[in-house]
Amino acid sequence: MTLMRKITYREAVREALKEALERDERVFLMGEDVGRYGGAYACSKGLLQEFGEQRIRDTPLSESGFVGAGIGAALGGMRPIVEIMTVNFSLLALDQIVNNAATLRHMSGGQFSVPIVIRMATGAGRQLAAQHSHSLECWFAHVPGLKVVAPATVADARGMLWTAILDPDPVIIFEHAMLYNDEGEVAAEGDLAVDIGSAAVRRAGRDASLITYGGGLKKALSAAERLAGDGIDCEVIDLRTLRPLDDKTIMASVVKTHRAVIVDEGWRSGSLAAEISARIMEQALYDLDAPVARVCSAEVPIPYPRHLETAATPQPEAIVSAVKGVMRK
Amino acid sequence: MIEFRMPSLGADMEAGKLVEWLKKPGDLLSRGDVIAVVETQKGAIEIEVFNDGVLDEILTKTGENVPVGHVIATIRGKDEAPGLAPGAAVAPVAATPAKVPPKEALPPPRPEAPAVQVQITPAARRRALELGIDLATVKPGPRGIVGIDQVEAAQPLAKERPGIVFDEMRKAIAAAMTRSHREIPHYYVTSTLDVSPLMSWLEEENVRRPVPARLIYAVPLIRAAALALKSASELNGHYEGGAFEPAGHINMGIAVAMRGGGLIAPAILEVETLGMDHLMERLRDLVARVRGGRLRSSELSQGTVTFSNLGDETADAILPLIYPPQVAIIGCGQIAERPWVDDGKVIVRRTLTVSVAGDHRVSDGRRAAQFLTHFQQLLHNPEKL
Amino acid sequence: MTKPHTSKVHLSHEHGLDLLGQMILIRRFEEKCAELYGAEKIRGFLHLYIGEEANAVGVMQALTPDDAVVANYREHGHALARGLPAREVMAELYGKASGSSRGRGGSMHIFNASSRFYGGNAIVGGELPLAVGLALADKMQGRNRITCCIFGEGAAAEGEFHESLNLAALWKLPVLFVCENNRYAMGTAIERSESVVDMCVHAQSYGIPAEAVDGMDVVAVEAASRRVAEEVRAGGGPRFLENKTYRFRAHSMFDPELYRSKEEVQEWKKRDPIPRFARWLQDAGLLHEVDLEKIEKEVARLIEEATAFAEAAPWEPAEDLLRDVYTPRTDTVVRR
Repeated sequence: MTLMRKITYREAVREALKEALERDERVFLMGEDVGRYGGAYACSKGLLQEFGEQRIRDTPLSESGFVGAGIGAALGGMRPIVEIMTVNFSLLALDQIVNNAATLRHMSGGQFSVPIVIRMATGAGRQLAAQHSHSLECWFAHVPGLKVVAPATVADARGMLWTAILDPDPVIIFEHAMLYNDEGEVAAEGDLAVDIGSAAVRRAGRDASLITYGGGLKKALSAAERLAGDGIDCEVIDLRTLRPLDDKTIMASVVKTHRAVIVDEGWRSGSLAAEISARIMEQALYDLDAPVARVCSAEVPIPYPRHLETAATPQPEAIVSAVKGVMRK
Repeated sequence: MIEFRMPSLGADMEAGKLVEWLKKPGDLLSRGDVIAVVETQKGAIEIEVFNDGVLDEILTKTGENVPVGHVIATIRGKDEAPGLAPGAAVAPVAATPAKVPPKEALPPPRPEAPAVQVQITPAARRRALELGIDLATVKPGPRGIVGIDQVEAAQPLAKERPGIVFDEMRKAIAAAMTRSHREIPHYYVTSTLDVSPLMSWLEEENVRRPVPARLIYAVPLIRAAALALKSASELNGHYEGGAFEPAGHINMGIAVAMRGGGLIAPAILEVETLGMDHLMERLRDLVARVRGGRLRSSELSQGTVTFSNLGDETADAILPLIYPPQVAIIGCGQIAERPWVDDGKVIVRRTLTVSVAGDHRVSDGRRAAQFLTHFQQLLHNPEKL
Repeated sequence: MTKPHTSKVHLSHEHGLDLLGQMILIRRFEEKCAELYGAEKIRGFLHLYIGEEANAVGVMQALTPDDAVVANYREHGHALARGLPAREVMAELYGKASGSSRGRGGSMHIFNASSRFYGGNAIVGGELPLAVGLALADKMQGRNRITCCIFGEGAAAEGEFHESLNLAALWKLPVLFVCENNRYAMGTAIERSESVVDMCVHAQSYGIPAEAVDGMDVVAVEAASRRVAEEVRAGGGPRFLENKTYRFRAHSMFDPELYRSKEEVQEWKKRDPIPRFARWLQDAGLLHEVDLEKIEKEVARLIEEATAFAEAAPWEPAEDLLRDVYTPRTDTVVRR
């Protein structure tokens, strides 16, 4: 029986960063306000003092510049962790990520690898309005050459980073901003690294498969609890990796329950949910007892007032409703 | 007199111009004959009649443009007298309608209109294939969708395997009864019979028999019913797809109460060929297997009529529901001593009230009453059963 | 190609011929490419370096094999000057599996790991951050080598140019920025796109020492490159060179050159670096007619061989389509 301890998601990220910096001297953290400020989300608090300016680098507001520099540094033998404050600012660095990080291996005919890790906060929920509330994970999950993960639990936030560092290819880690304060359990000792290639069944069930990632997990679990009270037994799958998607786990669940509801904070059109839905159609059509349902953000830039922000994004009520819909109850 | 209306020849057709009449009043018409040519947006189209008869009167002149649904001619039966001359007492039909007539398409050739497209989920289709269930017999569930649940509910309950899941059976029974109530127009005929002669005979008979060979009173009832059904074919068979198929044999479903509630009616196949001893054995075996959950699918799917004696402890009469796709069910109430009139005098007799429910699409009260008369006669001579 | 590590140009007979030979190789190679493109052997985009040879050849003199080179999409000349075999470059242009990038990149994506040649980058300005990162890695790992980043003046309009210069200066990174100012960003003259046309001023605004060089003079380019490369090596932070040069041909093959006059082109052709240097060498007694013939003959042979090699080289099988998207792993991967 492993001894467990409780820490917050934020603490898990910090521990993971510390571990990476300690274990491999090629690792360094680079991004806006990661040093003196301690990180926009306080994930790197104290690290500058411990590891120094060379390894904890505050950058100017130059997303393209420092992400590209991270890519160059990775080419040059380092193991950079580049922090883009949020996915909203990553748009400035898309050229470097999509045109360089994702393509260098392929364009060079396999001569170079880019072992860069890029961490970004993502998601809505704090009334930060349209330009600070995006969930654009699916854009990155769209691009061959990248690997994309979304730790939804404290254990994954703690354990995915080292595995990402070991990966010779670019790995993008999405941390949902609403998770940082959440508490969860990790083992008290031992190697905490987890894989970054598979989905996890967080709750086993028989009646419907709830498929989600990142900030959607706790909402899905909450909905599942409510539904259990109504006699509907949901299976909840945490995707964990968005590229590559773990089709095997998804399909095993859908084949069992015959009904799928995908919860995705991206906008519905062209969402990751749409991709998963297409895969379910391709691989499990004959097991479906209802069309795949999607609970996504509404087709509107995320609004500022609380009630509208809530209405625009997936909530447990909508998930419950969607499950009842596919159950035809 | 049939009103022949301008048919709708396409979803977006609103009107048609009568270009040419190919028949004249007095012409004999057969179903399918082309009667006129109509000009539409898409071009000239021939229109046909769907009834036999005689073209009585043409109400739309060539060159007239009339809306879909507008009466353009009348057709009378071959034996009917011709209609009134044009202009006499019949309200004139305006060439351009004062009000828009209902856009009804001509009634389709088959009165049973094609069914609304049923939505069947992929999983349900596969399950139906697995279970050998005809999807046409599966009743749609919520929102008109046939899902796995609906297919499983339509199961004939048993597979050739030991131990049927009775939960599933109960679900299926519920589904079947709902369907019965919805789809079958039931009529009921009841009759109270003097079964004293029968019971006396039975008691004497059983005294003579060793205990294991003794007959329960349901046996002669079933025997009599089987024999009476031989000449009541409208009460024995299946109604499916809009047609009744009388059965060659009588596979009589016997209603048995299940432990924990619910009813099941596995059939004794070819019951008319079985003597009473044989019948008794079969009954005993059936009940045992119901209790033990070991029924065969043929027993559950091939019943052609059902007999229910479950009123024997509870009710004077029962008015049971027919198990679709059967077309009749015979129900017996309890045997009770009741006042009876015999030769002008009131005496006490053991009586039993029998009900026959019939599917009114296939039979009527007269047939059922005839059956009951026959049934009663047979019971008066139990030694001949 | 390896030259003694010095900031002075040692213009011997040998060296002179070497410089000339390299420029002629690039010139004939590019001319051959134009021909092959017309014959549809080379497809897609083709950006020829004709007229600019002095820049590539000159700057490479200042670099060691251990240094890194990051270039843009007009990089055939830089690739050849860096020492990539002409046959591999040609095969890459053909798209064959024997090409420097296995045929996957084409004209704009020539890469070579052993030469530390990092492309071949098609996004204007996109390569500057990469160069900054390579230099950062060297500095952090205490390696004494530099990264040479080559781009056109059009890149100065891009945000990445400014971010990169700023970062390099801020962190004192060993980057040699070389701006090949050929006055036209595709069809837009520099006067129409830059409020400040002096590239050195841009660099200086970030505190980076910068100087302008005659890019049509291979000796001038070499001299300046050697000098500032030394400064970068000495840990003085980045340096910036503006090579004023000119491309004699269009931006790419599909370009009717409506944006500049034929007269202007003719004027610049008078300053063609190759005949100019050849003349200079001859005047200095360092080049004889027979040398030139020998060089041309050798170059012609090399080009013919390269072309034949490319023609005969195999195509990558279609079954291999999905390779090299991710790196195959031999180490233990963490599993659930």
